[in-house]
Amino acid sequence: MGQVIEDKMIDEKLEWSRINADVIASMQNPRRAYWVTLLVCIAMFACAIAAEIYQYKMGLGGAGLNNPHMWDMYIATFVFWIGMSHAGTLLSAILHIIHAQWRKPIYRFAEAMTTFSLMTAGFFPMIHLGRVWNLYWVLPYVSDRGIWPNFRSPLVWDAFAISTYLSSSALFLFIGLIPDMAILRDHTTGWRKKLYGVLCLGWRGDDRQWRNFRRTYMLLACFLIPLAISVHSIVSSDFAMSIMPGWHITTFPPYFVAGALYSGCAAIMTLFVLLRYFFRMEEYMTLNIMEKTTKLTFAIAMVWTYLNLIEFSATWYGHNMYDKELLIDKAFGPYAGIFWAMIFCGMVAPFAMCFQKLRRHMPSMFVLSIVLQLGMFLERWMIVAPTLSMSHQVHQWDVLYGTVIEWAIVFGSFGWFGILFLVFVKMFPSVSMYEVKELCFHLKHEIEEEEHEKKLAAEKASGKQTSGGGASPAGSPGLEGA
Amino acid sequence: MSLKNILENFSYFRRDAEMGGHHEYDHRFGMAIDLDICTGCNSCSTACYAENNLAVVGKDKFEKGQAMHWLRIERYWDEVEGDFPEQGAKFIPMMCQQCGAATCEPVCPVAATYHTPDGLNAQVYNRCIGSRYCSNNCPFRVRYFNFWSYYEDSWPEPLNMQLNPDLSVRDKGVMEKCTYCIQRIRVAKDTAAREERTLVDGDITTACQQACPTDAIVFGDTMDPKSKVSKMWAKHQIHRGPVTQKKDKANGEVRGYRVFDELNVDPSTMYLERVRDTEV
Repeated sequence: MGQVIEDKMIDEKLEWSRINADVIASMQNPRRAYWVTLLVCIAMFACAIAAEIYQYKMGLGGAGLNNPHMWDMYIATFVFWIGMSHAGTLLSAILHIIHAQWRKPIYRFAEAMTTFSLMTAGFFPMIHLGRVWNLYWVLPYVSDRGIWPNFRSPLVWDAFAISTYLSSSALFLFIGLIPDMAILRDHTTGWRKKLYGVLCLGWRGDDRQWRNFRRTYMLLACFLIPLAISVHSIVSSDFAMSIMPGWHITTFPPYFVAGALYSGCAAIMTLFVLLRYFFRMEEYMTLNIMEKTTKLTFAIAMVWTYLNLIEFSATWYGHNMYDKELLIDKAFGPYAGIFWAMIFCGMVAPFAMCFQKLRRHMPSMFVLSIVLQLGMFLERWMIVAPTLSMSHQVHQWDVLYGTVIEWAIVFGSFGWFGILFLVFVKMFPSVSMYEVKELCFHLKHEIEEEEHEKKLAAEKASGKQTSGGGASPAGSPGLEGA
Repeated sequence: MSLKNILENFSYFRRDAEMGGHHEYDHRFGMAIDLDICTGCNSCSTACYAENNLAVVGKDKFEKGQAMHWLRIERYWDEVEGDFPEQGAKFIPMMCQQCGAATCEPVCPVAATYHTPDGLNAQVYNRCIGSRYCSNNCPFRVRYFNFWSYYEDSWPEPLNMQLNPDLSVRDKGVMEKCTYCIQRIRVAKDTAAREERTLVDGDITTACQQACPTDAIVFGDTMDPKSKVSKMWAKHQIHRGPVTQKKDKANGEVRGYRVFDELNVDPSTMYLERVRDTEV
């Protein structure tokens, strides 16, 4: 059981007051790179605002859409952002209920990423509407005219799924923050003290509060997992429920969920590297945790690859003329470059994570995570565009690469996400203080236990068998969890 | 109150949601287009522009694929190398097929496109929010979206005087498509009601049918067995639902087909195959 000491996720001797001090410091003086990145994000977002104003005034023709390409980049980007939001839930909810301890220092920003990427994704269905000002018609409000939305439409399911997911993941993020808010309330001054004082909801840290907190947190985690899976299944049914070749595919829901977790994990890797650098979090976001994250990403990448191959072979052997021709056109037609880039970035590049040296080398992991995300972005593009380019009606075949307006809005969405995220990590602890303390505490006990066992074994070996029984220490603290 | 309405008629609404579309038809309008006598002259398309206030988008936007032609003549070149009559263009007027099991209807989030008791696939412009899912799910690609505001450029003064007052001019952000000239259907039905009689074959003429110099387009009620279109459907062994034909190409008698019939969307337009001299 030397494992525990060997890949220690964190130095267990970190003092609790130091954890507090370090995390609070991260909210005060980040490196200059933080401010540069924030400025870049604001500039990107400004591009999108300008483009959207033009598009709102002039109509969607500005985005270069045309008859076969009624949807294009906006929907692809929408799926991309929705997908990214899934990793936060994976880390904070799924890994929470299976007691994976290593998630603790990094789950907070992953959870924030979930909320903010949903807030980014939510914009796209609105941006892409012809008449945004009538958006509320999608909601089932009671109208005197007796008009309801069409409950058979996957777009209506989308509206429900996304708003539910957004509100519950924001709630989950907030609940997880409460004990940390109390710490911040006690350690800050001025407007911050007031803000955290309100947000911590009178947290004192007594037993009853902790018990209720744990219960609520677990309940929400259990609620979020099926929700996350259903959200992306519903997004996939935007495509799977249609009759278009390349969209009408049974494996789409699991394929989308796998793709979502994949791009989300890649995004966590990117943000891991960035935050570790910006906020000098080397002690908390350790290389061992990075390694675990990359291994998880690799596993999901393989699931995604497998589902992709299944889709190709099902299309190939299915002998549906439209589907098969579309697949051939994807691989050798006008989109061939993008298609093969997607295959490379999504299926081949992850094998770089097989090498431990690379896994522990931050700059290369940063580049790799960007490559993986690029692959996933291209995947979404290759789902949306080629089907419309080369569907049933040959007369309407057309290839579209988007216009400046469209790309500016897509580009700007990254800026918007960046702004939200960077402001969040400056305002709120991006590392969960109380859970890092827990982690240190558990680790200390585990190490003590291990040493105790070793001692016992040594005693046994030297033949000094004292009174029989040798009460095992396993029963004592009972804190190792699972 | 609508809540009261939905509670009282719940079983009706539920059945409607499960089955989708309309099932108790008064009429089911349909078409038959004979490609053998179609000359591809585009006058149907022009007539459609005039009748339905279709925006003229200009060369740039046409090239971008943003044209608004509800009825387009699709042209396909033969693969055979050679001169006329071996090598030539095949053409087919393509417009909304008013499918009985339309794929555009279930996907509209706000139910802006729905099935009427006339068997038509109606599009409510005022309800449309422009999600464009209907067009994406249309195998015929015959739904046209107002990507821009056209009304100022398309009909500069005094051309606005030519607009058809029977229907609206659509603004940006709205989907539109062939309606089988629903305004003419409405006028014919009103006239029949006023004269206290039922609709008879020939009461309704669509704009494209009226303009066709070779009478290649036949329009009528397919539920009325005496209508010309029903007779043509029957002759060419086309009927509602999945079709099995006993084709006899040699004598050119059974030439009817519906486009993408294999997708089971139940189109209301039947085409009659063109028979080349070389094939007979």
